[in-house]
Amino acid sequence: MTTSAFRRHLVSRVMTVLVVILSFTAVLALVLILGNLIAKGASSIDWAFFTKSPVPAGQTGGGVANAIVGTGIIVGVAALIGVPIGVGAGMYLAEYGSGRLGFLVRFTADVLNGTPSIVVGIVGWTFIVKPTSHFSALAGSVALAILMIPMLARTTEEMVRLVPNSLREAALALGYPRWRTSLKVVARTALGGIVTGCLVGIARIAGETAPLLFTALGNLNFTVNVSQPMQTLSLQIYVYATGPFDEWHRLAWASALVLMGLVLVISLTARWVTRQRYGRIR
Amino acid sequence: MVASANTRLRLETAHLTALFAQHRAVRDVSLLFPANTVTAIIGPSGCGKSTLLRCLNRMHELTPGASVAGEVLLDNVNIYAPDVNPVELRRRIGMVFQRPTPFPTMSIYENVAAGLKVNGRRPKPEVDNAVSRALQQAALWEEVKDRLHTSALDLSGGQQQRLCIARAVAPAPEILLLDEPTASLDPAGTQRIEELCHALKRLYTIVIVTHNMQQAARVSDYTAFMYLGSLIEVGRTDELFTKPKVEQTEAYITGRFG
Repeated sequence: MTTSAFRRHLVSRVMTVLVVILSFTAVLALVLILGNLIAKGASSIDWAFFTKSPVPAGQTGGGVANAIVGTGIIVGVAALIGVPIGVGAGMYLAEYGSGRLGFLVRFTADVLNGTPSIVVGIVGWTFIVKPTSHFSALAGSVALAILMIPMLARTTEEMVRLVPNSLREAALALGYPRWRTSLKVVARTALGGIVTGCLVGIARIAGETAPLLFTALGNLNFTVNVSQPMQTLSLQIYVYATGPFDEWHRLAWASALVLMGLVLVISLTARWVTRQRYGRIR
Repeated sequence: MVASANTRLRLETAHLTALFAQHRAVRDVSLLFPANTVTAIIGPSGCGKSTLLRCLNRMHELTPGASVAGEVLLDNVNIYAPDVNPVELRRRIGMVFQRPTPFPTMSIYENVAAGLKVNGRRPKPEVDNAVSRALQQAALWEEVKDRLHTSALDLSGGQQQRLCIARAVAPAPEILLLDEPTASLDPAGTQRIEELCHALKRLYTIVIVTHNMQQAARVSDYTAFMYLGSLIEVGRTDELFTKPKVEQTEAYITGRFG
């Protein structure tokens, strides 16, 4: 073996080892977080945890049913607001957004994407909480939707752009109007990717805390009224983890585990949907 | 001419020029496509033959920066006149592309019915009939009649291309444009498509773009030779290939350039 070949071989080996180590480090973070949560939270998860509301401070027992239902409602309403707007904007950007307005929308979405979530919370407070003069789940949903819209717009745009132009042309050549081509052929073909993008977006906002501090506020009682303050798992973790009681810390760990599990399930669903998509398009 | 009754005027270009921004891809082409014939457009890559074809159903103008000067007359009406709706025009002119383009989310049946539905709702038996008729015309019926509702992507490349032909003819267009329809097919698939051209010209006026001269000689009644965007020569296929009048045509068909 010549010296240069030996060197190349060596460099290749070193780099491979390096990349493997770095990959494991990335995975390690997730493993540590999950392991820690399971170790500290799993023991507190029982039937009461899912079915009971919190008990007054100092007492033991109780659960986070209010936070679990609250997360579902706030995130659900946020998705109802955010998905149509975000996906619609993404469709516009991909199919019609080549002009000046498209540039403007894309730029706005990028800036909004980088906006700190606590700023979005303050916006929600200024425009909804203050005028209505009370905190509400709806204000929280709007704040989360604002976070979600730019994410969905950009992922939808990317997914729609993946649809080969030949399909658009085939539809147009059949006498499809432009809007119908976008809807019946392009959007349908990209549907798997769009749904994946929505699920990833929902998983992202499900764990948000900062935008909810000024909007949904939190609520120790069980409620389904969106015009009232409402608890979410993230707010529950924030309050319990910073509180003085061991009982609260225990519930915070368990809540974190449940939230993490929820996000994981949504992400896995997203992966599953993507796999279906590739199975179909090839 | 084989049957003079069939050669009434259908489609014609008059001083047609097609541009991509400043570049003139098609230059002042005047060409007649007689009804119920197959006209082949041949020429080396980049000679503007596909662009010319795309001017005939106003697909060319969909490319950003593209424009058209001159006229395309369909039954003596300029299809570039302001009162002509390009979307409705395209329903009268079917088109098949170089690579098969079945809609991936639709079944075989839905693919063929796609062009019918855009013309407004029709009763299901009527759609069923049109779908099976189109698949028969495209010589695909026997192969797919038992799996009409399975994914169009499960078909082979040649079958997919015949499916695209079925989709194009299902709405009963008057003209069929084929843009190198066999470019991605194997010899067997190519032969089937060529046989189809012979069968389908009884129903439609066919314009086929091909870089394969043998194919042009096999399927067409008339052949137009283009070079650098200009129409060099057009004539009956047997005459053009045996007694070309222009030096450039002879050079091309004898393989001396292109």
